[in-house]
Amino acid sequence: MAGSGTSRSISDLFSRLGPRRAAAGEPEAVVAPGVEPDPIFPTKALRKFLSCLTARESPVLLDLGPVVGSNVSFFGEQLGCKILVEDLYADLERHIRRGALDALPAFFAARFPQADGAVDGILCWDLLDYLDRPTAQALAEQLTRLLRPDGALLGFFGTMQPRDTHYTKYIVVDEGHLRHRPYSAARGRQGILLNREIIRMFEGLLVSDSFLLKTNLREILFRKPGSPAPDAPSSGA
Amino acid sequence: MAGARLDMDARTQIERDMVNIGKSVVIKGELNGSEDLTIEGHVEGKIELREHVLTIGPNGRIKAQVFAKAVIVLGEVTGNVTATEKVDIRDNGSVDGDIVAPRVAIAEGAHFRGTVDMQRKGQGAPAVARPAGQPEVKGDVKAAAVPAPPPPQAQGGPRVGA
Repeated sequence: MAGSGTSRSISDLFSRLGPRRAAAGEPEAVVAPGVEPDPIFPTKALRKFLSCLTARESPVLLDLGPVVGSNVSFFGEQLGCKILVEDLYADLERHIRRGALDALPAFFAARFPQADGAVDGILCWDLLDYLDRPTAQALAEQLTRLLRPDGALLGFFGTMQPRDTHYTKYIVVDEGHLRHRPYSAARGRQGILLNREIIRMFEGLLVSDSFLLKTNLREILFRKPGSPAPDAPSSGA
Repeated sequence: MAGARLDMDARTQIERDMVNIGKSVVIKGELNGSEDLTIEGHVEGKIELREHVLTIGPNGRIKAQVFAKAVIVLGEVTGNVTATEKVDIRDNGSVDGDIVAPRVAIAEGAHFRGTVDMQRKGQGAPAVARPAGQPEVKGDVKAAAVPAPPPPQAQGGPRVGA
């Protein structure tokens, strides 16, 4: 018993110090000799996000990150969903390189031609951390508009300012784990968003679940309140 | 000796059954066929190989609606792609359009913009009733189809997805 307790506390300590490597039996990346494999981190919110969507018949999922083939397969097979891949990190990168960041709020405001409530789930990943406040606000308003009542939005938010500049591809290993694959970025995160700032930004959505992971990443799952009953008066939302 | 002769005959038969649209070929219109096809040239319009595999080679440039059993993309496709079995976008392959297929594989270095619809139920696509032979082309062809080289099996970098 004592041994088990000791081993647990040691593994706890290691998980605080750094990312968890793939355990036996888990999918392992094929890497060239001498190359560090991408680290795998636990996720608490992804399972909840999936459970929000499984009840729906052929849900529509909007992925704001770069296309990841295995994620497309995972979500397609898990949910039988239609996936829209809109790499907003690439949009951000393009605007940075052109020196046109001032135009980004207007760009995001016009970025999505879809009708209101056209999407059941949104994978926002950690995109908002890389945007300045006006741009993040413009994007949050669009995402809120796109989300269908009862739909879910998953966002990641850092709690520490990283020194290096990179984006991260989040590659789904399974419902409880994500592989983090960094790739180059023109600039880093723009600051740490406080919880109340995030909640204000997504006015119109409710925080369903919020997790602070040992890796200091906050995972927040938003839900859009369901549509009112047919006989209820319109809220004008 | 007889075994070697048989092997050569079999290979010749396979090569005869594969059709390759070469780099210099430009097709505008509708392309139907009942055998596997590799496109290295340019096609604009519509491509239907409902029972067969369509490979867009590294030099292939397609602006078309594509319907096939399986589609392998090593070049560029602009347009919607529907496959009854699988769509495979290899390293450096590019698709701008919507994909409908029960299985989709997108390699790490591939470009994709659009939607992916991996419907759970198989989409019963009607087979195109045509005898085996050269693909039927309706529209403009600006060069002759060239004899088929060995099938391209370009394998990209690390594959993501399956």
